Amino acid sequence: MKKQIRLLVNSEEYDLQLEPNRLLLQALRDDIGLTGTKEGCSIGVCGACSVIIDGRVVSSCLTLAVACQGKHIETIEGLAKDGKLHPLQQAFIEYGGFQCGICTPGQIMAAKALLDENPKPTEDEVKEWMSGNLCRCTGYYKILESVMAVVNNKISPDFQFRKREQQARIQSLDVYKSVAKTE
Amino acid sequence: MYPAVFEYLKPSSISEAITLLQQHGEDAKLLAGGQSLVPMMKLRIARPRYLIDIHRISDLNYIREQAGQIRCGAMTRHVQIEESELIRDRVPMLCEAASAIGDAQVRNRGTLGGGLVEADPSGDYGAVVLALNAQMKCISPRGERVIPAADFFTFAYTTALESDEILTEVIFPFPDSNSAGVYLKLERVAGDFAIAGAAVQIGLGQNGVCSTVGVGVTGAATIPQKAVSVESLLQGKKITPQLIDEAGRLIQEGAEPIEDTRGSASYKKKALSAILRRAIAESLRRAEAKRSS
Repeated sequence: MKKQIRLLVNSEEYDLQLEPNRLLLQALRDDIGLTGTKEGCSIGVCGACSVIIDGRVVSSCLTLAVACQGKHIETIEGLAKDGKLHPLQQAFIEYGGFQCGICTPGQIMAAKALLDENPKPTEDEVKEWMSGNLCRCTGYYKILESVMAVVNNKISPDFQFRKREQQARIQSLDVYKSVAKTE
Repeated sequence: MYPAVFEYLKPSSISEAITLLQQHGEDAKLLAGGQSLVPMMKLRIARPRYLIDIHRISDLNYIREQAGQIRCGAMTRHVQIEESELIRDRVPMLCEAASAIGDAQVRNRGTLGGGLVEADPSGDYGAVVLALNAQMKCISPRGERVIPAADFFTFAYTTALESDEILTEVIFPFPDSNSAGVYLKLERVAGDFAIAGAAVQIGLGQNGVCSTVGVGVTGAATIPQKAVSVESLLQGKKITPQLIDEAGRLIQEGAEPIEDTRGSASYKKKALSAILRRAIAESLRRAEAKRSS
């Protein structure tokens, strides 16, 4: 039987009718449409689905949505403010913290939970903390560098997200795809 | 991936939870932190028709000091144990075990009671409650009872709890003030369950002789074990490297580990022996440091 529930995600309220077996992960992605949070292993090992609930990083794939009534949920979509990226997002771009990108939202949310609590962790503390977030491209050192760049205040102050350049790259991929198809 | 359909019940008190358990018996499961139960439900290893979520019962979440004991509500999360000054001060081994569980995501949600009741043969808390002679306070419609740690685990994933009974509190007596303890585990990869783990609390009397000792191990059998043979070997003696080696041999001979993806039985026996020897040496070192400080 569906239950009426109100979720507070990135300071916005969402009223939903959900089955009790709906996980927070699916509620975020499929009911609310915030698809930044990813499903990886779905059994709480890989960290791809990490979100922050009441200040603590948790696996949204193991959290029942109906159990989240009244809790403050933060997802990757809540980080950028007024078109400006969160320092961690910027660092991941500047320092190559992601490759395929599927683990990235989880990595960034886990790192944010750490830095919110301890803004000056050591490298070892970051490694230990981030051990619950797997990267199958194995870009761990770039991820570590990205987090440490925020810790040591090494991100560019005048960073501009190169939107036009990104779009050009995506378009070139589309061209490549259409060529591949005709061949 | 989804769990099968279930009815979600959220009692707000212990007595309400017990009434629900009584009503639904074997068809119901209590949901604590959900870090093992939810994966099991997704994989259809567990398929409860009723899921009783007890995370909002605040009477189950506390850490307090009382009459020479630390009392922890069963729904105390691993991270709360890890961060508790009181526990770090009084039973540091318990802090170490909590920090060694899974990853940050698991420790933020998983609970002390959930971990104990799950009774995973490779779980971390089992060895600790056995080494410290902790007691499990349980409530059922028939009233309250206290189960000593040594009687709590009955088989892999099985405890002495009845189907309508709830573990509400874990009671840790303060270890002797002249003693020190450690929990060590060997993992295959970061955040995994233990291949082998050892919890050792050693007290030193006059002339550096071992005056009190508690040893619990995980990975020796289908349930965590109180290593009675090792305890009686060390009790009353000066702990030398030779005696530590002897303890390692003893535990290895008596162990019957489960073969699984974490290793063969013969590998796990050796791993257990190594981790126990390390734990004895470390807790001895800490006890000596305490004595000379």
